[in-house]
Order: sequence, then C-alpha cells, then structure tokens
Amino acid sequence: MSAAMPPLVSMRGLSKSFAGVRALDAASFELRAGEVHALMGENGAGKSTLMKVLAGIHARDAGAIEVAGQAVGIDSPRAALALGISIVHQELNLMSHLSAAQNIFIGREPRRGLGLFLDEARLEAQAARIFERMNLRLDPRARVGDLTVARQQMVEIAKALSFDARVLIMDEPTAALSNQEVEDLFRVIRQLREEGVGVVFISHKMDELQRIADRVTVMRDGRTIATLPMAGTAMETIIRMMVGREIEAATRAVPDTSARPVALEVSHLCRGTAVMDVSFHVRQGEILGFAGLMGAGRTEVARAVFGADPVDAGEIRVHGRPARIRAPRDAVAHGIGYLSEDRKQYGLATAMDVQTNIAMTALPRFLRLGAFLDGAALAEAAGRHVRQLGIRTPSLAQPVKLLSGGNQQKVVIAKWLLRDCDVLFFDEPTRGIDVGAKAEIHALIDALAAEGKAIVMISSELPEILRLSHRVLVMCEGRVTGELAAHEATQERIMQLATRRRASAAPPTTPASADPALQ
Amino acid sequence: MTQANPSEHARMSSVPTPSRPAALAFVKARLWRPAARQKLLAFASLIALLVFFSFASPSFLAVDNIVSILQATAVNGVLAVASTFIIVSGGIDLSVGTLMTFCAVMAGVALTELHLPLPVGIAVAIGAGVLSGFVSGSLVARLKIPPFIATLGMMMALKGLSLVISGTKPIYFNDTPGFSAISQDSLIGDLVPALPIPNAVLILFLVAIAAAVALNRTLLGRYTFALGSNEEAIRLSGVNVDFWKVVVYATGGGICGIAGLLIASRLNSAQPALGQGYELDAIAAVVIGGTSLSGGAGTLLGTIIGAFIMSVLTNGLRIMSVAQEWQTVVTGVIIILAVYADILRRKART
Repeated sequence: MSAAMPPLVSMRGLSKSFAGVRALDAASFELRAGEVHALMGENGAGKSTLMKVLAGIHARDAGAIEVAGQAVGIDSPRAALALGISIVHQELNLMSHLSAAQNIFIGREPRRGLGLFLDEARLEAQAARIFERMNLRLDPRARVGDLTVARQQMVEIAKALSFDARVLIMDEPTAALSNQEVEDLFRVIRQLREEGVGVVFISHKMDELQRIADRVTVMRDGRTIATLPMAGTAMETIIRMMVGREIEAATRAVPDTSARPVALEVSHLCRGTAVMDVSFHVRQGEILGFAGLMGAGRTEVARAVFGADPVDAGEIRVHGRPARIRAPRDAVAHGIGYLSEDRKQYGLATAMDVQTNIAMTALPRFLRLGAFLDGAALAEAAGRHVRQLGIRTPSLAQPVKLLSGGNQQKVVIAKWLLRDCDVLFFDEPTRGIDVGAKAEIHALIDALAAEGKAIVMISSELPEILRLSHRVLVMCEGRVTGELAAHEATQERIMQLATRRRASAAPPTTPASADPALQ
Repeated sequence: MTQANPSEHARMSSVPTPSRPAALAFVKARLWRPAARQKLLAFASLIALLVFFSFASPSFLAVDNIVSILQATAVNGVLAVASTFIIVSGGIDLSVGTLMTFCAVMAGVALTELHLPLPVGIAVAIGAGVLSGFVSGSLVARLKIPPFIATLGMMMALKGLSLVISGTKPIYFNDTPGFSAISQDSLIGDLVPALPIPNAVLILFLVAIAAAVALNRTLLGRYTFALGSNEEAIRLSGVNVDFWKVVVYATGGGICGIAGLLIASRLNSAQPALGQGYELDAIAAVVIGGTSLSGGAGTLLGTIIGAFIMSVLTNGLRIMSVAQEWQTVVTGVIIILAVYADILRRKART
C-alpha cells in the first residue's frame, strides 16, 4: 500500500458524553484498508463507544471523521452503511424464525411482479454469493434459530458484507465461540483482509489478538493511549497501557480473617457453560473480591448461589451446614442477600416508596392481626435504616425512582440489613454512581465487614477490587482462574488471570517476576 | 390550577417546601399526585356527564332512573373491583364475566336443587369464584401461561361449564325466599325512605371499601402493587411471587362470586348464557379510572368512578334515544380518549 494513500478511516479528537459522564475524551483512531486492527482496553475504556460513533449509532459531541480522505458526518447507522461501515454487535440481532438469507436482506428484499411479491430465489442466490465469498458452506434457506451461535455470527458478518462493507467492526465476536469456531471465524476474517476490507476487532483475549491482529490501539478512560504493531509488542506492555493508573500504595491494613468461621462455602458449582466447577468460601468479616471481565460468569455464580437461576450441580454450605437453595426465598431464609448490578431491574420497585422498598424483604414481620401492615412499625424500621445509612430522601414516602443512584443503592443495602442478612453479594456496587457516593458506598461495605458480615463483591473496576478486597478471586469464561491475597493482588496480575483462556496452552507470564517489585 | 405544577416539581427535586402552609401543601401534594390527577380528571368527566345529561333529558334525574343507573353500576362495578386487583398486579383476567355467571349457576344449584340454606348458597358462589381464580392464578404462576391466554381459556371453559351444569336453561330462585332481596331490597331505603338505594349498590361500596383497605393496608395489597411494579425484583427479595400471584387471582375470583350473586339476585335467576362481554366493560372501567394496564399503579376509587362513567354514559345515551349501535360507538371512543389522556399524562411526567 502506497504511503500517499489516505487511511481507510481516520478519527481525531472524538469526544462523547452520556448524561455528564465522559465516555470519549478526544480519542483518535486510524484504520487502514486490508488490516485487522485490535481495539483494547478495560471495561468502560470507551472502545465500544468509539466504534458506535463510527457506525453512526451514537452522535459525536466533537471531533472529525474521515473515510478514505473525505471528511464525513456520520449521523445515523444508515449513513454509516452508505459509507461501507458495518458493525457486528456483541449481542446478535437476528430474527430466529427467518432464514439466513431473509435475515441478511431484511428491509432490502428483492421484489418481482411490480414490486408486489418477494423474489425468494434472487434473495437466496445473493446470500449464497456472499457465503461463497466468505468461503463458507451454509444453506441460505436454513432457519437462523437452528444454527449454532458461531454460524449465526457468520450470518451477521454476511449481513454486514452485503452492504458492500469496506469497514467491518466486530465487538467481542469470539465471546461465545469454541476454539474450532474461532478458527473458522479467523479464516473468514483473513479472507476479508485479503480483499482489502479494514476489520476492527474488539476483544479482551490477548492470545487470539496476537494471532489475528496486525495493529493494536489501546484505550483507557476514553482516551487513545497508543497504536502499535501487534507483532513484537509484549502482552505485558499492552496490559500496562490498559491499566495505566499508578498502583495505589499498599498501605491499607487488611484485617486477618483467616481464623474467623466460614460463613459461606460453595463447592463445585456448575451451570451450563456460564459457571464451570466454581468453588470458593468467604469468612465472617471478610470481603472477597470477584474480579474478571464482563461475561466471565461472576454474576451467574452469584445468581446461582442465591437461587435466582437453577444450577446443574454444586453444594452450598452456610455457617458449615448444607443449605438447599432452590429459589431466592430459600437463600434469604439462610441469611444470604444479593444486590444486583442492575438495581432498577432487579433490585427495586422504583415506582414504590422508599419505605416499602426497604421493607420488601421482610414485610411479613410487620403485620398486625395477621394481614394488616403496621404502618408505624414499618416507618420506624425503615427510618432507622435511612438514618443509619445516611439515605438522602425528603421522606419515606418518596418514590425510589426520584432518588440519586447512590441513594438508590443505599436503599437496596438497607433492604438486606433489615432482613439481618449476614452474607451479602454486591454485584458491581458502584456502577452508575457518582464519585462522591462511590466513596460512601465503599466505606459502608468496609463497615459492614467490620461488623462481621461476610461480603462477596463482584466488580469490573480493578481499583475498586484492590481497594476493598481482603482476598481476590479471578474468573474467566466460567472458571476460577486464580486466587490472590490482598498483598499479592495487582492490576496486572488480575488482568493476566482474567484473560487466561483455558484452551490456550501458552501460560501467561509468571507473576513471580512482577511480584517482588511491588512489595 | 396550573400553579400547582411548580410545587409538584419542587417535590420531585426532593427539596421540601416547608414555607407553604402545611394544609395547602398537603392538599396539593395529595390531589396533584399523578395518580390522583387521573382520578380528578375521571371525576370531573363524571360530573360533566351528569350535568350534560340532566340538561339534555329531564327524566335523567328522576329517582327511578338514578336507581336504575346505580343498579346497573353494581354488577359491573364489583367485576371492575376484581379486575383492579389483577391488573394492578400486572396481569389481566378475561374470565371475570363468565366466572360471574358460573358462580350464579353454582348458587342456583346449591339453593334450588340441593335446597341448601341461603348463607350456604352465598358461600358456594364465592367459593366457586375463589376456586376458579385459584386455577387461573396457578396457570399463570406455575405453568407460566400468559395471563391473557390462560384467562381466555378459563373464560370459554367457564362459559361452557355454566351451560352444562344448568342444562342451558335459566335457574329461577322463586323457591328461595330472600334471594332477590340481596340485590333488590333497600336497607338504606328502610331507614331513610328518601334514599331508596338498592342493596346491590350498598354491597358494591362495601366491596370497594374492603378491597381498598386490602389493597392499601394489607400484605396482599402491598405485594399486589409490588408484583405489578417489578416482579423480578420482588422475587429476588425472597418473596414467593408464584404463591402471591395465585392469591391475587383467587381474591379476584372471590369478588366475581359476589358479582354473580348480585346479578342472579337482580334477575331472580341464573342466566347461563349471560356473562361474555362483562369482562371488557370491567377492564374499561378500570382503565378509565386511571389504573395502568402495565400494572403497579391504580386505585379503587378510580375504578368505581370509571364504572359510574360507563353506566351513566350508557343510561344517558339511552334516555336521549341514541340508537343502541351508536351508544357502543360512543363508549368505544370514550375508552380510547381516557387511555390517551393517561398516556399524555405519563409523557408529561417524564
């Protein structure tokens, strides 16, 4: 490729905020024709947002985009498609009852007979031509619902190509694929690269990226940190750039809980491919951090222990005694509480008032004459927790949806405290919460542990894990890939464990070399 | 009245306004809550209808006609109360009309064929309603059949059962002294001769008050609202949602049993072919009264006002000699307008 030729895509000074939160901060990105370009960064680094701006899904606040040297204003997915920019989302957007061909050309069906009838034959022929180009054996008439996830993904890619895509963006395309299926995907990607398509590949899986990508761009906190050739760049370098922040001084005193009684013990928990043979325990007064990338199976473990989802196998012991948990109410009866990552959907009845939400776990305790709710007792108990946790609300009758995110989270905490739960699962406890309230929630979690509660904290934010955990468990693809004591835990080591795929033979660099330097 | 809006916003931004006189603030807070506003709108519509019809037709305000409106409201009103429970919980019950008939037929069997005493007959009717509600609730909660389909099936099954049990013939209560008094006598009229309000209406109000207490003051009511607002969050709070769903449908069923007694008493017979169509009138009354079809919000006062709007409308149009066909058209338009007003209100809030 000649040096004079402008890059296929050039993005400069891209900024984008959502409701005051800065997702992109003058980020830049460049894609050449005929390259596979890896886009890497921690959760929330801005990778997906940047690509959604390019695909016209989000409108940019500031910045310039050029496609093949021409300045363009991409204001809709339609405009992006017209420029030959297609995106394959992490979640597949296919209609499972329609055939592969019908899915590919949905909204653009060829017609015949004065445009009144669908031309199924031409539809299938066109789809078959795209599959041929991808060197893929797939029946255009196959019902998408009958295909494997990998083949469905191929249909999505075919759909993207059907728009004459010059730029193909793939957001974590291998998340749900087996190793063989990943090979098939890579073959198709290489084929496209040969044809001069620019492929953006968002992924966390280092080993895969090293095999497929030509260049890598690392993002952090909405900014572009660097763009490097993939060959010759060490994994550690990339991880360090992704993590970036200076490691906080490990001056924090971690209480020694090793002699405290075990509050919850989970052995060999299995649930399909989401949770595979997971065992762990947490002691009274201990904060066990659950680290890992999104989709590593941490939420699934919590939901399974809590009885929210059925399990295939596994044993749960609460305070040493076997517990049979088949529904959330069994878990609650054993004193286990679960604070979901999605408060509004799973934690609160947002249209209802503060008092009712706080008491929701224990309403039957507030009955008079067997059926009537004792309003005064309810108000007293809810009010006590509102004061104790410092929930800022004008009254107990305030609908929860009118509270801030931090205060909503405190309402969820109050609800489990009211029920006297002594094992608490916090799933992303500070997601969507502003910085000030975040510190308050952290202090609260610390205080709860000091009171003797056993706490399992799932978080995708490494600083949060490092700041609060007494012990860290790392998961990847449904398995526990490592356990670190507080003094051993560093962002680099957690990231290494969090990206360790079971099938990849190459072991990650041994932590021994990094360890002494950090002590 | 628009100046009340800023106070609403002040409340929403969670800044209390202690400077206002407490009583005024209370009235405004109460009456201008979104749920209350729809009720107010419905109530104003009811008054407007009453005023309009009394000018349009001199016979509208005649005592006989008023009593007839009240009688007509009683049955639909009680069914609407039953529907309110189920709709607030996030469900729907299409079987309330034919269930009412089924309960009436069961009362007929108990009283005229088995010659059981009147209180037993009443208990049989209500018991049949609870049982049917239990079945509907179990279909929805345990078998996870969507409420629309489960209760559509129940609607048909109950209609068929009523015809089978009665041998497709009406069951007359001529041999049961006192049965027609349930609906047609007037206890209030006995005490205050100037107010010949039929017992059916008295029962409607007693049922509505009891239901309002249940919905607002009891565990059942709190869970009913909670189910409608966020069922999954409630399940994850450790509440046995399947059990409470069944209880909600069974409660609705029991109230349908009361409606069955009212209509059988008014007609002095159980008419097995009757019933279909009542469920839609009941749902219309609930919706006009401001209860959200998506669940989690609603009041029984609104439902009662909604039921009265429906019957005043029907009665008034009939008195004005509007053709039956057009009455139906007007009712349909009113329902659409009521729901659209509700949508506008929701949009304004967000």
